[in-house]
Amino acid sequence: MDAILLQILNGLDKGSAYALIALGLTLIFGTLGVVNFAHGALFMIGAFCAVTLSRILTLSHQVVDETRKDFLGNPLQVDVPYVYDWFGEAGGSAIIDWAVPLSILFAIPIMLLIGIIMERGLIRHFYKRPHADQILVTFGLAIVLQEVIKYYYGANPIPTPAPAAFTGSFDFGAALGFDPNTIIYPYWRIIYFAFAALIIGAVFAFLQFTTYGMVVRAGMADRETVQLLGIDIDKRFTMMFGIAAAVAGLAGVMYTPINSPNYHMGMDFLVLSFVVVVVGGMGSLPGAVLAGFLLGILESFASMKEVLELLPGINQIIIYLVAIIILLTRPRGLMGRKGVMEE
Amino acid sequence: MFGLNKRDTGLIAIVTVLVILAPFILNPFPEGSAMAQFNAGYPDLMQRFVIFGIFAIGFNLLFGLTGYLSFGHAAFLGVGSYGAIWMLKLFSLNVIPSIIMGVIVAGIFALAVGFVSLRRSGIYFSILTLAFAQMSYALAYSVLTPITGGETGLQIKSTDSPLLSNLEPGEIGRASLFGLDMRSSFEIEMGDWLFTFNTGYYLAGIVMILAFYLAIRITRSPFGMMLRAIKSNQQRLNYTGLNARPYTLAVFVISGMYAGLAGGLMVAMDTQVGPERMFWTASGEVVLMTILGGAGTLIGPVLGAGFIKYMENIISKINKGILEQWFAFMPDGIEDLLITLVYPFVGKGWHLTLGLMFMAVVIFLPGGLVEGGQRIGRVFRRRDRKSEHAEADAAKQRNTPAE
Repeated sequence: MDAILLQILNGLDKGSAYALIALGLTLIFGTLGVVNFAHGALFMIGAFCAVTLSRILTLSHQVVDETRKDFLGNPLQVDVPYVYDWFGEAGGSAIIDWAVPLSILFAIPIMLLIGIIMERGLIRHFYKRPHADQILVTFGLAIVLQEVIKYYYGANPIPTPAPAAFTGSFDFGAALGFDPNTIIYPYWRIIYFAFAALIIGAVFAFLQFTTYGMVVRAGMADRETVQLLGIDIDKRFTMMFGIAAAVAGLAGVMYTPINSPNYHMGMDFLVLSFVVVVVGGMGSLPGAVLAGFLLGILESFASMKEVLELLPGINQIIIYLVAIIILLTRPRGLMGRKGVMEE
Repeated sequence: MFGLNKRDTGLIAIVTVLVILAPFILNPFPEGSAMAQFNAGYPDLMQRFVIFGIFAIGFNLLFGLTGYLSFGHAAFLGVGSYGAIWMLKLFSLNVIPSIIMGVIVAGIFALAVGFVSLRRSGIYFSILTLAFAQMSYALAYSVLTPITGGETGLQIKSTDSPLLSNLEPGEIGRASLFGLDMRSSFEIEMGDWLFTFNTGYYLAGIVMILAFYLAIRITRSPFGMMLRAIKSNQQRLNYTGLNARPYTLAVFVISGMYAGLAGGLMVAMDTQVGPERMFWTASGEVVLMTILGGAGTLIGPVLGAGFIKYMENIISKINKGILEQWFAFMPDGIEDLLITLVYPFVGKGWHLTLGLMFMAVVIFLPGGLVEGGQRIGRVFRRRDRKSEHAEADAAKQRNTPAE
């Protein structure tokens, strides 16, 4: 029992990332009808927003420290971040420590902007072109974005730690009445899951309970009629693209402490996220979220030692295998609607 | 000739001449000159031109004719490579059986993958092929290590002694064609120029010409017509009582066999395989080649493959020193500015250039380089003759997409 619980928990953080990316992909597909292969790149850019902010925060100037001497007896030159000057030493170090959570605020406007520029500048011209062209142009864009990041940040992963307060682990075993130390789960992963749930909830609430969201949903159902009613639906769809980009970006920001960001992380996630979208059902938002968590958890079950002894290597292929089975038995995916992308 | 019409005969004649004379054509600059780094006439690169040409021709048969975008084609190339290298390791050092083995293995694998994937179309088909390719990659990397050599891949080792060869104990076998070493080259020196004629390259070149010929025949056949009908309207085809599945499956297997042929040839040249040959970026690369050259055209994929491989080799060789040499004649400030502007796009930044180029082609030139050439040709023709003639000609060209 505790082993099963542990695997479910382990699957949640990866599942959260899949779900968030797949949600954005589906949002774009549902509103604009575009298959966005550059979505993984947006996830990666979000992660690098966190890297950038923590670099900005640690920008320092050199100060001569009279109290400390180097080996020649001269006063030591010390790097002092500017934030220390502004907020005092304690405040400054706290801000640097909390760089990743702070990046959320930093990343939202940037990602919105990138999303809107992308939609207005490039994707807009591809609505009437075949899906293959959309895939190809966004694939090209993904390569470009990835290479730009590689040029500025290098090819190596950049460790970006979580705030010190969250570095420990939580002992679920003890809390739930199992033996202590059987189910140990890092705090940051709990936060990641909670954060993902919050974002997903917010997106759904936005679509379900606001007038803006209602119009967007109406536009997804019947774009032409909404336009006939005198509503500028294109503008709202552009906004939705920005929001989808922001969701992917935030998923990336919060993922940095779990996996140090590198330039190809987006592509690694993208392939799997696409599988997730297809499994969930093209165009279905709840399907995307459900499939994301489901596949994340399945993946972590497949990497259990007992399973691996029975079926070696299954952890590497489980997601693809499930996708193949689902596509062949339920062609529309788990919760796909009729008539979406069927020809 | 050979059942081809005049234009196709001309096309294949041009390709043949280009392949035979490639060592001359690709080495236009004398040894040791500043431009020598743009020479592409060395065996390794020329082999890659023709092998990836074969791969792209095969991919184009599927994508260009039927419109099914496979995102997992590298898997067939990889599987073919593994089949070929085992043949070299166990059976004979002659490359012919190993290449044939590569084609057969890839064909069988393509039959299995195609049988499942072709039940769906559109993006679902892309995802299914991608899933199969990623699965093969992951399996080759981990569980199938006894067969695939895992991360290190497979090479011909001194412990291998193929059935039909009499190697000394401890001697490392070399791939050969009836005793002709694949790596042997014949060099001609003419003044400052050095031309290399490599056995492996010519074998691959001949195979490519044959593959190209076969592709033309397939495209022009009733079968090829059927495939284009699938692309333009599958539903209408179904209404007329025809089932498209056997046709798509047949072309999928043929396309996979082309990939296996390319894989077998790769093994024949460098006698090694690794799982990274099946990674999805490799599948993406052949898509790029085909689109860049012109999907659905005959010569496009070959052009695209050559273009990408040439650029990859040449652009990634340019470094800061070379840039400084080029811009040395300019005033210092402008020189530095130009170097800073150009530097991100060359050397290690080659993929950035590729991505931008690719986007530009998809946005502005959906027909690829071939369409670019046609447009330029049309402009000139319009200038030559008066407008009516040219219009009719252009319309005719538009109606025959397979060119």
